Amino acid sequence: MIEQYAAPISIEEATRVMQESNATVLAGGTDLMLQTESGKQQFGSTLVNIRHINEISGISIGNNRIRIGALTTISEILGSDKLMELVPVLAQTADHFASSQIRNNATVGGNLCNASPAGDMIIPLLLLDAEAELASWSKGGVVTRLVPVAEFFSGPGKTHKRDDELLVAIEFPVPSFGFIAYFRKSGPRPALEISTISIGVAGALEKEALHATRMAIGAAAPIPLRARRVEALLEGKPLHSALISEAADLAADETLPIDDVRATAWYRKHLIRVFTIRLLNDVIASSD
Amino acid sequence: MSLQVPIEFTLNGRSTRVTVPPDMSALAMLRDKFDLTGTKLACGEGECGACTILVDDVSVNSCLMFAVDCDGRQVQTIEGLRTDQGLDPIQHAFVDHGAIQCGFCTPGMIMQAKYLVQKNPAVSRQEIKRNLEGNLCRCTGYRKIVDAIADVASSLNNVDTP
Repeated sequence: MIEQYAAPISIEEATRVMQESNATVLAGGTDLMLQTESGKQQFGSTLVNIRHINEISGISIGNNRIRIGALTTISEILGSDKLMELVPVLAQTADHFASSQIRNNATVGGNLCNASPAGDMIIPLLLLDAEAELASWSKGGVVTRLVPVAEFFSGPGKTHKRDDELLVAIEFPVPSFGFIAYFRKSGPRPALEISTISIGVAGALEKEALHATRMAIGAAAPIPLRARRVEALLEGKPLHSALISEAADLAADETLPIDDVRATAWYRKHLIRVFTIRLLNDVIASSD
Repeated sequence: MSLQVPIEFTLNGRSTRVTVPPDMSALAMLRDKFDLTGTKLACGEGECGACTILVDDVSVNSCLMFAVDCDGRQVQTIEGLRTDQGLDPIQHAFVDHGAIQCGFCTPGMIMQAKYLVQKNPAVSRQEIKRNLEGNLCRCTGYRKIVDAIADVASSLNNVDTP
């Protein structure tokens, strides 16, 4: 039960409260409301509304790195001209995220901390080698640490973020010239759909081959994951149909989907094969 | 007694103070504390859009928003659209186009339309459809709803064009 409500205006104030009490963080609230109402999640003793911490909101670019504040909404990502120019895959993913109203309130930090294996924004962030910046209060000051998004999740709904840590931003290098990235998600409807599977591929395309290849798959294992074996298979090789077909089989093999209300494990593996082929064909089409 | 949180915000243009339980939704606050029952509870999980309101000029599902998160912000509901001059042009367009059947989705549809037209007065038919994805009409009267919003968008464009 909530015994205390806090609306800090700085990271310092927020992390102090989180250090002193068993806190539940409120950002957009679109997941928190559903999960607490259904009993899937219990409130901690303190509800910490981070809405008024200006320094964790907004998109900035400097030192060849892109920084997205944890409180940035999915709509703000979708509407950012800078992100559209430098990392269009983020906007492409945001465009498939829930509905207009949810995009307007849901935050990128919340999407990460909710740690759904099907969390849409996680896939492009994995492709971009993004890191999560976590802040906590220790020995009279704020300390931060960076955790790669690929190492952030520990299970469905669980992360390696400690309860006293606040996710303040996501950072990644500005992609180099020639970097391409594509995202696709599967579901029976185009909107308001929790992905049956989601998948992304990225790299530098040169002579019909991907270099520094990255592939990420969602809703196909307890956590969204990088498909490292597929990446190694594709690295530097021309994307001929035999290779694409081999990559599709390997992608299905590298995942551990479950049977649930949205799909069977068998069907998810089938979707992963089909969507791997479609994505790699997107890559080929982009080189024409 | 369980915790009550005092908040202050602007509701339909008027400064307002209220105390709310920290886990109350903005929707429950509007309906139960302010008697503003134009904002509807239907699915209660962000799928249907009947509870759409504007917060700082942006549309959100009030069923998924915490009431405490209204603190310090500008909240507008369907009741706030009417001015001394009468109904909002979007409300007129819904009436003129017969874009209302049972009416239950209408407040949410109109608030989402208000957001769309404010954000982009030149919003296209395709963009209108994409941005109504989070609003369900179980009478399935979508065509007339899109017609109404497109009509407002085009008349605003004509006004803006010298």
